[in-house]
Amino acid sequence: MKVSVNGVEQQLPAGTTVADVVRSLVEMPERGVAVALDGEVVPRSEWQATSLGDGQAVEVLRAVQGG
Amino acid sequence: MGTGGFRSLEQLEAALVASGAEIATVALRRVDPDARNQSPLSVIERLGLFLLPNTAGCYTARDAVRTARLAKDAFGTEWVKLEVIGDDRTLHPDPVELAAAAEELVAEGFTVLPYASDDPVLARRLEAVGCAAVMPLGSPIGSGRGIDNPYNLALIVEQAGVPVILDAGIGTASDAALAMELGCDGVLLASSVSRAEDPAAMAAAMRKAVDAGHGARRAGRIPRRLHAQTSTPDAGLPRLG
Repeated sequence: MKVSVNGVEQQLPAGTTVADVVRSLVEMPERGVAVALDGEVVPRSEWQATSLGDGQAVEVLRAVQGG
Repeated sequence: MGTGGFRSLEQLEAALVASGAEIATVALRRVDPDARNQSPLSVIERLGLFLLPNTAGCYTARDAVRTARLAKDAFGTEWVKLEVIGDDRTLHPDPVELAAAAEELVAEGFTVLPYASDDPVLARRLEAVGCAAVMPLGSPIGSGRGIDNPYNLALIVEQAGVPVILDAGIGTASDAALAMELGCDGVLLASSVSRAEDPAAMAAAMRKAVDAGHGARRAGRIPRRLHAQTSTPDAGLPRLG
């Protein structure tokens, strides 16, 4: 299935979860990281349970200097 | 203090320590696997400072609200510096989107500190919708111009029932001192320190400036007069010619 991850379209196997995507980008433990699925926050407690669907957009975010 | 603009985390840390700041802001951006662990989070936590996430980069209430929720999940805080930009050249806030986002976030239980213009009417509105403070700009972010309109700032201070934090535009120490003399409860600054030639030295100067301005405010200044008022008594004046 095609899923956009941080703006880049990727081919991911069916059943890929939010947790899988986060782990592919960030070292454990993923402190200070937030995830949005189609614009809405996916709470950390639901990362493992949230499977991705074709055409969805995931944003994996972290703190940077600024503000 | 804002954490934006520092050339390294080492400089950021030195400046934070020198400044005496108790609160530091961060923004939320996409994870970049190539950027090796350059997160300001570790510095802020090591120094025991209070983390204030910022919705930097948002232009609509919807984006700002979503970003605040993301920050809450990432950092476990309900405090947010609410920034909703209305113009790319000046980075002035969009007052309509800002007030809408503020109202929604307050309703969700956030402690909202809005980066605002220096319009006293907007400040009143933000307080009315439940913001915990109001943070008017002195001049555009990073402009270093200081306080463009001290009268507006004084008006905001006069009417505010919540803390007033000057946020944006500070250029050097006297700007921070003036903000405190005008009655602000604090200042939020970044570029004036991070982009100074010696950030740690500037941070130390800012700390003194805030103390000086705060002290002067509390000491009760003399008024500005058109004419002179002698400080030397006339009595006992000799005739020498």
